[in-house]
Amino acid sequence: MSPIPAPPKRALLSVIPIAVILFVLPLLIAPYQVTLLAYGLIFAIAALGFNLLLGYTGLLSFGHSAYFGMGAYAVAFIVKYLKITSMEVFLLGGVLASAAIAALFGFLCVRYTRIFFGILTLALSQVLWSLAFKFYWVTGGTDGLRVPTPSLLGVQNPAGEEKMTFLAHRYYYYVLVIFLVGAAVMWVIVHSPFGKALQAIRDNETRAEFVGVQVWRYRWVAFLVSGIYTGLAGALWVPLNGLTTPDILHWTFSGKIVFFTVLGGFQTFMGPVIGAVVYNYLETYAVGHTVYWQMVLGVVLVLLVLVLPAGIAGTAGRLLLKLRRAV
Amino acid sequence: MDVIVIHSLNSLLYASVLFLIAGGLSLIYGVMRIVNLAHGNLYAVGAYATAWTVGRVLGGGEPSLTLYLLLPVGAVAAAALGAIIEPTLLRPLYKRAEEYQLLITFGLLLILEDLLRFIWGPYPLSASSLFEALGSFSIGESVYPTYNLVVIVVGGIAAAALWAFIYKTKFGVILRATSQNMRMASALGVNVNRVYMQAFTLGCFMAGLGGAIIVPQQGAVLGMGVDALVPAFVVVVIGGLGSLEGALLGALMVGVVREFGIAFFPEVELAVLYFMAAVVLLIRPAGLFGRA
Repeated sequence: MSPIPAPPKRALLSVIPIAVILFVLPLLIAPYQVTLLAYGLIFAIAALGFNLLLGYTGLLSFGHSAYFGMGAYAVAFIVKYLKITSMEVFLLGGVLASAAIAALFGFLCVRYTRIFFGILTLALSQVLWSLAFKFYWVTGGTDGLRVPTPSLLGVQNPAGEEKMTFLAHRYYYYVLVIFLVGAAVMWVIVHSPFGKALQAIRDNETRAEFVGVQVWRYRWVAFLVSGIYTGLAGALWVPLNGLTTPDILHWTFSGKIVFFTVLGGFQTFMGPVIGAVVYNYLETYAVGHTVYWQMVLGVVLVLLVLVLPAGIAGTAGRLLLKLRRAV
Repeated sequence: MDVIVIHSLNSLLYASVLFLIAGGLSLIYGVMRIVNLAHGNLYAVGAYATAWTVGRVLGGGEPSLTLYLLLPVGAVAAAALGAIIEPTLLRPLYKRAEEYQLLITFGLLLILEDLLRFIWGPYPLSASSLFEALGSFSIGESVYPTYNLVVIVVGGIAAAALWAFIYKTKFGVILRATSQNMRMASALGVNVNRVYMQAFTLGCFMAGLGGAIIVPQQGAVLGMGVDALVPAFVVVVIGGLGSLEGALLGALMVGVVREFGIAFFPEVELAVLYFMAAVVLLIRPAGLFGRA
């Protein structure tokens, strides 16, 4: 008998309308808006993975750019050296590459917690950044590598079709399906005995060890899964962006992943997803409207930490609870 | 032989600036247990403030010796900024989880980055007249700028002064006591809030000084703060978070590896640095001089 509980009815009931909206939305809004949403969903996949470490295992990584970038560069290398443009091969390559690097880095990092874990992940991710930056004959240096429109499920898109049309329709749905499956799998993971063990480690490492949880191994597997999700996001991101540059390997990109996870609220399952989508809109509009967009984001982050540490989802949840009690 | 001398001098030059940044970072962590991700930006503030002041005073004229006395302006500007930041943004967070402290300094990094752009515009500032006015001297067949020696000397004096300050003054005793046991120090009548503010201001002063003395040689550009932070991280990781001796040794190691790295294996120079930090962390998580 599987000990994984069936999702509560109310949760399912709220998920279905959201999924329906996500499916219908491209018919209603402009193609550009759809691609923005696709970016948001891709970041949401990375955030789900990231939050397995931060929210469920209690480890703050400042080096998740490494796995996102590894997924992205793996795709770029597949195009450059193998001349393959199948999206499924991209995903496989991205996942394998990020899994390999996450397995290695995780092996090195999970012995540490708190601030040392953060700095070690940061330092290791910077190794990859500097390699991408310096080996320009392989990685294109700061010019990056271009990635063409891929074929989806073996179907080459018709010649003459505009890239925007492809991205805003077929590619969006491709991303959406992977996002929904990924979120469902993550839901199962965090509600499985494995997920419960991670939360036990987060809350009290010593007690978890005493009841027989192999802390080190559980953390390593969580790190691996987290890296794979982030790498998957990286692989999905490249065709959308059309280009991969060392920026996505830089530690400030890791900072962004932390940012949107906290923005949404890392103590809830859906929080990071909401945070990723909202953050993407926030950044896009800030960049579009002012050269001082970093300041806008910085002020939002500072206010968030000082005033709303529970993030969007956490705060909304609390407000709902209050409302329900008041009624 | 000349080449070795020049590379060694360059290593010392880089190590001096790096020590000023990393020393401040380490001091702040040692006393307050906060890793300040915005620390590189305070270094940039020092560089910009000095370059702007020197440019203002100099106008189009020739630099005089008194102009060199304006160098510390950047350090004072960074210190003033630090004195504002600590009580307003950091103080509310001491009782919260480390994650939030890291996040708020990351937010601060984003804000300061654009504040520099807002105040001084997107173009680089330079104070190179100070660099050029000192001329150069010859080492064997090559020439070497005299100003670089000034930077090395200032770095050395700063390290010595800081050591004397922390180990030979009453304030230093209070600082070390607070660093070792904040509650006990507080119980003995130390005003911990004030010590925290002083430590943070001192750390910012050092970062600002680093920026101020290097700006005649390199100029001030946007992004210099973020670029400076990670090498400074490498230094404190190697030396041990919270240890000034460690920061000094780490800065020298990184200075040497980087300089000779650029000269002999430029492709992997940065990777070797980060790798060095990772190896030290794995073997001695608390760093060479750190206490776990």
